[in-house]
Amino acid sequence: MVEALYNLFGGEGPFLYFLAITASIMAVVLPLTISVAFAVYFDRKIWAAVQMRRGPNVVGPFGLLQSFADGIKLFLKETIIPAGANKAIFLMAPMITFTLALISWAVIPFDEGMALSDLNVGVLYILAISSLGVYGIIMSGWASNSRYAFLGGLRSAAQMVSYEVSIGFVLVCVLVKVGSLNLSDVVFAQEGGVLSWHFIPFFPIFIIFFISALAETNRPPFDLPEAEAELVAGYQVEYSSMAFALFFLGEYANILLMSVVMAILFFGGWYAPIPALDFIPGFLWLFAKTAIFFWLFAMVKAFVPRYRYDQLMRLGWKVFLPLSLAFVIIYSGVMVYAGWLPSHG
Amino acid sequence: MAEVDIKNYCLNFGPQHPAAHGVLRMVLELDGEVIERVDPHIGLLHRGTEKLIEHKQYLQAMPYFDRLDYVAPMNQEHAFCLAIEKLLELEVPERGQYVRVLYCEIGRILNHILNLTTHALDVGAMTPITWMFEEREKLMEFYERASGARFHAAYFRPGGVHQDLPPDLLEDIMAWTETYPQMIADMEALLVDNRIFKQRNVDIGVFSAEEALAWGFSGPMLRSTGMAWDLRKSQPYEVYDKMDFKVAIGNAGDCYDRFMIRIAEMKESLKIMRQCIEQMPGGPVMSVNTKVAPPRRSEMKRSMEALIHHFKLYTEGFKVPEGEVYAAVEAPKGEFGVYLVSDGSNRPYRCKIHAPGFSHLQAMDFLCRGHMLADAPAVLGAMDIVFGEVDR
Repeated sequence: MVEALYNLFGGEGPFLYFLAITASIMAVVLPLTISVAFAVYFDRKIWAAVQMRRGPNVVGPFGLLQSFADGIKLFLKETIIPAGANKAIFLMAPMITFTLALISWAVIPFDEGMALSDLNVGVLYILAISSLGVYGIIMSGWASNSRYAFLGGLRSAAQMVSYEVSIGFVLVCVLVKVGSLNLSDVVFAQEGGVLSWHFIPFFPIFIIFFISALAETNRPPFDLPEAEAELVAGYQVEYSSMAFALFFLGEYANILLMSVVMAILFFGGWYAPIPALDFIPGFLWLFAKTAIFFWLFAMVKAFVPRYRYDQLMRLGWKVFLPLSLAFVIIYSGVMVYAGWLPSHG
Repeated sequence: MAEVDIKNYCLNFGPQHPAAHGVLRMVLELDGEVIERVDPHIGLLHRGTEKLIEHKQYLQAMPYFDRLDYVAPMNQEHAFCLAIEKLLELEVPERGQYVRVLYCEIGRILNHILNLTTHALDVGAMTPITWMFEEREKLMEFYERASGARFHAAYFRPGGVHQDLPPDLLEDIMAWTETYPQMIADMEALLVDNRIFKQRNVDIGVFSAEEALAWGFSGPMLRSTGMAWDLRKSQPYEVYDKMDFKVAIGNAGDCYDRFMIRIAEMKESLKIMRQCIEQMPGGPVMSVNTKVAPPRRSEMKRSMEALIHHFKLYTEGFKVPEGEVYAAVEAPKGEFGVYLVSDGSNRPYRCKIHAPGFSHLQAMDFLCRGHMLADAPAVLGAMDIVFGEVDR
């Protein structure tokens, strides 16, 4: 994508290259931020519909501008720093969360050849970034000098580490089949309509991935770090104005990222469900698939109660880990002995 | 090696906490996430109700009872009225009794809707509360149509109820009792068999029947241990002895049982409401004893005596013969009792209020000890605490 722009600009000199990089980053980040704003609106509307409420409907037509109004409001508010807080870390934490939520998008292929950076280790990159994401939360929990925030931060650390393990194993299965860590290659491996999509061979562990993604993004039923009934708002409890907004946006950017990763790994990325429909641009298909997963995220939030801390740990370590590990071993064993592994020439 | 001083983690739960059910403050001592000690602090909603009542005439003291357990106002009024009526040896006309029972059961459903859904909210299920509060709103409309107030009704009076029901109200309540079971079913579908909900509630906050009695529990808390103790059955007041209903009991004594008991009680309340409406007799709703019950407006236009009675009742109030009495009703939360001492004047000498929530809350420590932090809201939610009555 960067190369294409560079050539478009004339293809000469480091300044133009820098410009091309900046332009392509903007081309990803701006639509992403706007999608996050509408994702929040979408989430609230779905939630409201389930609960027989109206949801946001005042600002703009059908309340469409609600998120922007909220954003402006938060932007204009004062950032309150609690007395005993470690100022630097306190302010750094939301920035880290937000930045990390955005930079994972660098490797996402929106369409054929439409990735900011077509990394050969794209899957590893996403894993690495999402592991780093826990730092923002731990730092905020520690720096707030609040007992609720501290407990929330600790819970979050334990939770994200636990569920990353099973997410990792699920990814290993996919990689064994595809034979590449490049996300575009993962999509190419699913060419040819809905029947060759990965969710069919990986059906049981695809569900493990979805549930782990819920846990990874701190969504109900795994929203313990910010459990309202116990910890009020967990690690966010002392945050206000833009600092809070960054956490909030980061959270939704992460949810969107998980949805898009699921679409890429298991639901054929930018491919149409029927090859005959391929004339519709690929990024629209990816967008639609992402929206469906986001809808699932929102529905789960509306329906389920919250796990207790020990139950969450039990589910992660005693149920998901053995299941996904067993699947990795059995699946790779079958692939090796049947000789179905992808060949590398 | 240097000695290390390890302290437990102390967490201040409330009073401004979303799961504190009002203004409860609990100082929790935590070992990691495990609760070592709970120290509930009460009194943040103390308004001195009992003392205020001593300075008010009997009728003026009535509205204070709405403000005790403000979730089911009329059930509290009921206990106070029964106490006064016992001292006065006043008969309530049959229609008045039926109206009272009908509205007590509406109060029970009002209370259980709030408790069940906030209990669900405490363990993280956010949808039931928005579904069920619409029904609660309809019930408040029934309150409003009978008494003029959605909430603090002051509808029950010594000798009956303040005014007769408007036309069509009974039909509307009947129609509501037909549609409401579907709402209960919807809520049950979300929670009752939900694995997470069960994991959060089964075997949480368990106590035995002996412990329950020793701590002075009543209502659904006591019944969750398997004791079929319900004042409506064991010492019927008003027309409860004519009603056909069952007492729901549990056996495990845990939060889940309490939840299920309240659902069952709502269904039984619907049965009682239907019976009340079907059997509703005619006649006055208020005692005709003019020394206690105010005369009708129209009568005052014609009768000098009625005018005098009205004047006396609303300035001096009525006098209650000397004596002391304890009257209790099965309020939605448990046994709500009023111990009333009269010195023969127009004001109570002493009015001690026994609120079920107060006895329940004192058990918070022994119920939560050894559980996780997240269980404390579940135990509290299943306990059904409203601070209006705990602090008084």
